[in-house]
Amino acid sequence: MSDRAKYIFFLLLALTVIGTIIVVLVLMVQSGNVAILNPKGAIALYERDLFLGTIFLMLIVVIPVFILIISFTWIFRATNLAAKYTPEAEGSLILEIVWWVPPCVIILILGLITWKSTHELDPYAPLAETTPPITIQVVALNWKWLFIYPNERIATVNFVQFPEKTPVNFQITADAPMNSFWIPQLGGQIYAMAGMMTKLHLIADGVGDYAGLSANYSGRGFSGMKFVARSTSQADFDRWVEEVRQDPDTLDGDAYARLAAPSEKNPIEYYSSVPQDLYAKIIMKFMVPMQEIGDGHDDGEPVMHHN
Amino acid sequence: MLDNQANAPMHNTHAQAEREKVVFGFWVYIMSDCVLFASLFATYAVLQGGTFGGPSGKDFFSLPFVLIETVILLTSSFTCGLAMLAAYGKRVRTLLVLLAVTLLLGIAFLGMEFTEFSHLISEGHGPGRSAFLSSFFALVGTHGLHVFLGSLWLLVLIVQIFFRGVTPMILSKLSCFSLFWHFLDIIWIFLFTLVYLMGVL
Amino acid sequence: MFGKLTLEAIPHDPVILAAMAFMALGGLGVVGALFYFKRWKWLWTEWLTSVDHKKIGIMYILVSFVMLLRGFTDALMMRSQQVLAVGDAVGYLPPDHYDQIFTAHGVIMIFFVAMPFMFGLLNLIVPLQIGARDVAFPFLNSLSFWLFMVGVVLMNLSLVLGEFARTGWLAYPPLSELAYSPGVGVDYYIWAIQISGIGTLLSGINFLVTILKMRAPGMTLMRMPVFIWTTLSSMVLVIFAFPILTVTLGLLFLDRFFGMHFFTSDFGGNPMMYVNLIWAWGHPEVYILILPSFGIFSEVVATFAQKRLFGYTTMIWATIAIMLLSFIVWLHHFFTMGAGANVNAFFGIMTMIIAVPTGVKVFNWLFTMFHGRIIFSTPMLWTIGFLATFTVGGMTGVLMAVPGVDFQLHNSLFLVAHFHNVIIGGVLFGYFAGFIYWFPKIIGFRLNERWGKRAFWCWVTGSFVAFIPLYILGMMGMTRRLNDYGSTEGWYPFLVIAGIGAVIIAVGILFQIIQMIVSIKERKQNIDTTGDPWNGRTLEWSTASPPPFYNFAIIPTVHDRDAFWEMKQRGDVRPQPPLHYEDIHMPKNTAMGIIIAGFTFFVGFGLIWHMMWLVVVGLVGVIASVIVRACDQDTAYYVPAAEVARIEGAINARML
Repeated sequence: MSDRAKYIFFLLLALTVIGTIIVVLVLMVQSGNVAILNPKGAIALYERDLFLGTIFLMLIVVIPVFILIISFTWIFRATNLAAKYTPEAEGSLILEIVWWVPPCVIILILGLITWKSTHELDPYAPLAETTPPITIQVVALNWKWLFIYPNERIATVNFVQFPEKTPVNFQITADAPMNSFWIPQLGGQIYAMAGMMTKLHLIADGVGDYAGLSANYSGRGFSGMKFVARSTSQADFDRWVEEVRQDPDTLDGDAYARLAAPSEKNPIEYYSSVPQDLYAKIIMKFMVPMQEIGDGHDDGEPVMHHN
Repeated sequence: MLDNQANAPMHNTHAQAEREKVVFGFWVYIMSDCVLFASLFATYAVLQGGTFGGPSGKDFFSLPFVLIETVILLTSSFTCGLAMLAAYGKRVRTLLVLLAVTLLLGIAFLGMEFTEFSHLISEGHGPGRSAFLSSFFALVGTHGLHVFLGSLWLLVLIVQIFFRGVTPMILSKLSCFSLFWHFLDIIWIFLFTLVYLMGVL
Repeated sequence: MFGKLTLEAIPHDPVILAAMAFMALGGLGVVGALFYFKRWKWLWTEWLTSVDHKKIGIMYILVSFVMLLRGFTDALMMRSQQVLAVGDAVGYLPPDHYDQIFTAHGVIMIFFVAMPFMFGLLNLIVPLQIGARDVAFPFLNSLSFWLFMVGVVLMNLSLVLGEFARTGWLAYPPLSELAYSPGVGVDYYIWAIQISGIGTLLSGINFLVTILKMRAPGMTLMRMPVFIWTTLSSMVLVIFAFPILTVTLGLLFLDRFFGMHFFTSDFGGNPMMYVNLIWAWGHPEVYILILPSFGIFSEVVATFAQKRLFGYTTMIWATIAIMLLSFIVWLHHFFTMGAGANVNAFFGIMTMIIAVPTGVKVFNWLFTMFHGRIIFSTPMLWTIGFLATFTVGGMTGVLMAVPGVDFQLHNSLFLVAHFHNVIIGGVLFGYFAGFIYWFPKIIGFRLNERWGKRAFWCWVTGSFVAFIPLYILGMMGMTRRLNDYGSTEGWYPFLVIAGIGAVIIAVGILFQIIQMIVSIKERKQNIDTTGDPWNGRTLEWSTASPPPFYNFAIIPTVHDRDAFWEMKQRGDVRPQPPLHYEDIHMPKNTAMGIIIAGFTFFVGFGLIWHMMWLVVVGLVGVIASVIVRACDQDTAYYVPAAEVARIEGAINARML
């Protein structure tokens, strides 16, 4: 192949790749389903801005790199005898400074942004809002999500509802392998781990339904660990709580033991009452020797485990 | 080795470079073993509080017992050092005696550790009782396993020296062995300080 | 007597049975060929018992390529399952099988493709490039290879007998503990990696000592080729990181086998400790893989831009900076585990800092091309493809180093796209470039350029087409390791495009196979008679292609960086008469590597299936064979000077 033909071939393939990227980007923008770019709450909004800002900062280096790759491979191809050729050149202090200093500056800026944003987005930090928060306890089970409302004394499976514009204090644990609690449109995730409690503070800016899922593989039913997060007006939320309180099911010890057994793709369930200390026991049973929850035991009585 | 003697001068420098390479390589291995023990120490540090209602170190660490173990191990390092001097001085009989004493001390150490472990297990405080006990057994046990393998190595060396004397090859192996043995001593010092002493205080 | 092993361990699943049949066919083909061509003795004496670094290198690369086929088949299966399982459809791979596939895919690609490919190239080239006759410990080298092979055997055995882990490639507890993984899968995982991991550690020590103690006279540290510097850094990382892996998997084994409680959720155990330990190994591991690749690019760019490498000293310092920094970033793999803002921010910032020396290297390569005369050979194309692909991957890496962003991207397909970008674009492209670059040196003839270039274009295009959609899917909130998904999320079109990308890469692999077949057919037209087919700059090009088994009849003296280039300027390419050859001291071939490794197989297999008598046999066998080897005084021999002269004479006649 002649030199020019070779380069045209190279260019054509590059265009194909870029074309693919464009097609895909168009799809992406049109679909409107890109959670990270469609935040529905203050946390997710901050995270989106951080995402875009960091990309922009790095394009300052990445775009020149691509320009250099393409132009250098073209200009300095061996058949271009017109180009300058310095086979013994070993280095240049000026050039080194040019590509040490600006990247260091960019990383310095990014580092400062990181320090600030990491503290402000700390999942454990309560949101600075005047509205009183609602606390919701979350238990990752095999393979569904259990939500306990400690103040309302109700519980749900694979469905969580809360009022809009209200800080939601999630307290998260697991009675299962490690999972990760994630509602992409409202904010980032945090791991759900047995014997421990992690926290996540989110807020929804309006009314809506948001997809929730587990972001850490936990076994065969993992793909089905989806839940719906719904934010409504305060009035609709109160009505919903009352509706749940009419449900015939209660989450006593035995019901919990049945629920905790492995199952996949659970439908949404409501429980009209929950013992005050169920969540605490779910965590504590991993930390001190205790009776099993349910099955007619005296829940929470400490025992000496024999090995 | 017959080849060695046939072309003595050139091949002696070759053999020396070879030995230096081997000892250097063994040092590098010791560094990797350091990282191994560091990981076990880190695990112990994190898990030592995880007693799950069972005993903690205070409940069964016996400092007098550990003191005796320490004296045994340190003495064996001393005899090992003396053995190396005998090896360089080509005093084969002294060497064999000192190595045998080192070996016996190592076996005594292992015996004491075995007693400690089996006592704990018979009391129901085996490694499966809690994370603390698991990490205790793993850390101390790995050190003990190293001492066991070192003792086995020493036994093979003693047999080799008995039949072949102190050849250059055996001298380099002895150097490696003594590095290993002293290293285990240093690890033990960290062990009894961080595990036993700090566990009781 | 058979422990947990029963006939039920043989799978019934049709897909697995098909894989077993395929493997059996391949194996029978090889065995049949060996019988037909009567090559059993040759195989044993020339290859399996060899302690020659060049032969061991070839064996590593052959096995790595076979495992690439298995690992890539896993990838095709995963992509096709995800294309098929949209909405109410469930695809053709139930979770119990799919979950093993994605676990096996990761384990195979890292431990049984990338690592052996790397050690293969290091084995082939490091001694030649520093002017040495072999590595520091040739027997250990053979042992390392056979320990790796035991890992390969266990990995493949898990397909036909029992099952593999269903935990993901790092087997986080509590999922990998007995309570949630009662079968033998995780045990296969543990022992395949532990046994080959010991081999890796031994190789790390071997190459470190080789580089520090066996360089040709005159080759000071600052005259070493960049490939040697990056290998040295990588080996330091191996020595520091692999013991951590040994401990971590060892403790998981103790939990599973003896009921201990390091990483259980209860009894005081702490699964987060496992996550920390495994990533304290895991992060250095990826730098172990990429640093030698960076070294290859340095050699390739200088050779094919026909210009000295730009900024040698900065390259070295950047490499050392990357090596040191790689130890203090591991937490960025689990920002979402709840460490607290100070800790997260610290590790995030440390991670970003690595971008600076890495970027410096990219600019140094680019400015080697600047004012050069670039020949677009296949290795050079791989390098240019790397520059483009790796830059994107690096960018997304810095993006995820910001904890606030990572909270939204962790464990999503964005993460998957990032690490494939950097591993394929960085590690694999580099190893491919090195393979083609050094093939003529080791085998004696050049590879077919036309098919090589076609393969390259498929790989680079396929990589973009396969992974750009995955970035978008991650941004859309699709997490990794999903077996099926809904139809309303809008993920389907992107998964189809990604599947097409995987097929394009598959075509690329096919072209690489064709390239090898065509090259072998045409080898006589492409013989490398000079030993220096690319007008190279480093010492390996001063030997014949292939080099004699002792590499150098007379060890060269080095006067400068780019040692061979300097020799060529002086006109001192081959040793000139009058020549004084001496007896050359060479290690003897030995079966002890296979034997010791074989006994470790018994230990591993016995522990997996709880056949304790087999474990005892294995342990006793290992110790006994080590003692036998240690007492062996007859492990080397001398090649008489006259024999050396005869071989050199034949080489000189061929090369003139």
